Amino acid sequence: MSGKQEELQTAWADSFPLLGFLKESLAIAEVELKKLIRDPTELFTRAVQPVLWIVIFGQVFSRVRGIPTGTIGYLAFMTPGILAQSVLFSAIFYGIAVIWERDLGIIHKLLVSPARRGSLVFGKAISSGFRGFVQVVVIYFLAIAMGIGLRWQPYAILGVLFSVALGSAIFSTFSLIVACIVKTRERFMGIGQLLTMPLFFASNAIYPLTLMPVWLRWFARLNPLTYLVDSLRGLMITGGHSVHGFGVDFGVMLFVFIIFLLIADRLYPTLVQ
Amino acid sequence: MKEQPTAYPSPGKSMDFDDTENRVMSGSWAIETNGLTMRFGDFTAVDAINLKVSHGKIFGLLGPNGAGKTTTIKMFTTLLKPTAGAAIVAGFDVGSFPAEVRKRIGYVPQMLSADGALTAYENLMLSAKLYGMKRPDRKGRIADALNFMGLNNSSHKLVKTYSGGMIRRLELAQAMLHRPGVLFLDEPTIGLDPVARRIVWERLIALKEKYGITILITTHDMEEADQLCDEIAIMHHGKIAATGSPASLKASVEPGANLHDVFVYYSGGSIEEGGNYRDVRKTRRTANRLG
Repeated sequence: MSGKQEELQTAWADSFPLLGFLKESLAIAEVELKKLIRDPTELFTRAVQPVLWIVIFGQVFSRVRGIPTGTIGYLAFMTPGILAQSVLFSAIFYGIAVIWERDLGIIHKLLVSPARRGSLVFGKAISSGFRGFVQVVVIYFLAIAMGIGLRWQPYAILGVLFSVALGSAIFSTFSLIVACIVKTRERFMGIGQLLTMPLFFASNAIYPLTLMPVWLRWFARLNPLTYLVDSLRGLMITGGHSVHGFGVDFGVMLFVFIIFLLIADRLYPTLVQ
Repeated sequence: MKEQPTAYPSPGKSMDFDDTENRVMSGSWAIETNGLTMRFGDFTAVDAINLKVSHGKIFGLLGPNGAGKTTTIKMFTTLLKPTAGAAIVAGFDVGSFPAEVRKRIGYVPQMLSADGALTAYENLMLSAKLYGMKRPDRKGRIADALNFMGLNNSSHKLVKTYSGGMIRRLELAQAMLHRPGVLFLDEPTIGLDPVARRIVWERLIALKEKYGITILITTHDMEEADQLCDEIAIMHHGKIAATGSPASLKASVEPGANLHDVFVYYSGGSIEEGGNYRDVRKTRRTANRLG
């Protein structure tokens, strides 16, 4: 059977590799989103944390006048930081699901298909990007309730969505890389907890870089979360601005994402070895 | 310019391995190996095995847990790159042309790999897309596969509501969707009740007869090997201890021998022995999911 038949079926994918790559990625993203819509429990539980940060931490720290936030109030300053934080915390544990899929044999089957390894990883990053949109909705509602001035221009909202999708894709792919290295849920949980707090505190999410000691400022400049927060601060808040400029913010994020994607592409097959 | 892989081998010629290029030149077997070896550090999981599997047959790799069956199947399905030697599957060398091999094979891992959070139809649609099937062909192929496996009436139910036997049949439907030349099944009936097991056997034989697919299964179930396989190879400590048809192997031991006697005769141990903690845990996990 078959040899000829198979060559005909897959001929189009060989002729247009980029189109084939995107189609495979979207097929993966589509099933991931279907699963999320059927069981959105995780999204709701993850929405609790930003509420606590903004309502409790934010309100208390807005009384401290020593944090230089420019022309905007502290609550408005930290709101994009908390959006970035909820994107980070949600995406960084994505690797757990990957390890679970490995244990079930789902990844074995995906890797035996002719789909490109990169498209399997990219599809997961796309779905993680969409998951981040739910965090955007939660934070926007919260910001409205707290009386924080938001920018409603379509380009600003599209920019926020793009930033969040890219940030979510970066940290979920990073999480996938960690999963490929540690391979077990127990080890991953420990490392996941270990990573989130340094990434969050060594960024400009809840205080500006100028407050940090010089060594920490250097670390923060290497942290992709800093650029996610910076782009969100410029796009989301009335009176907010990007310190590094959107070109640098998006450039750094895209660069980091592509590097992570290339690493994940190489490591993903090792999950089943 | 990148060199194109050799197309399907012409029938009637024997395989000729080129050690320097590690490419297949020609061949007449669905699967053929030459000194296929897999080492993990100092441990040799698969030790220079030589196998030939005819087209359109069901071939069983028998052995206890830890014999090297799963490692062998992982090399055949391109999940592991051999440390030494070569394997030609569906006309292509697994080490040099893994992408070509993947287009032509189907695989059902030992674990229950259908996604429980999706319906059977969605699982099949994902496979159809990942195998690059054209949109007009997808629905027809999926309907055929569901029909062949007797799953039409439950195709829009979530797979997590399925019985173990139904999940296995769905996985077979996924693996046959793109009409592979060779189908690999790792312990296909492990943990299934006797009725579900017989249904799976019957579907596998129907797959072979209707579509002419070559099927390689690993098993440590002697009854399964006896009922299902045209030919078997007994693996022990990473080596092939014996190969042949079940009848010829039994006859080679003594009149009235069964396959368990054959195994003891050729390997010096029982099929129930062997396997490390990891092997046993994986087997039990699958059995637990099947209830």
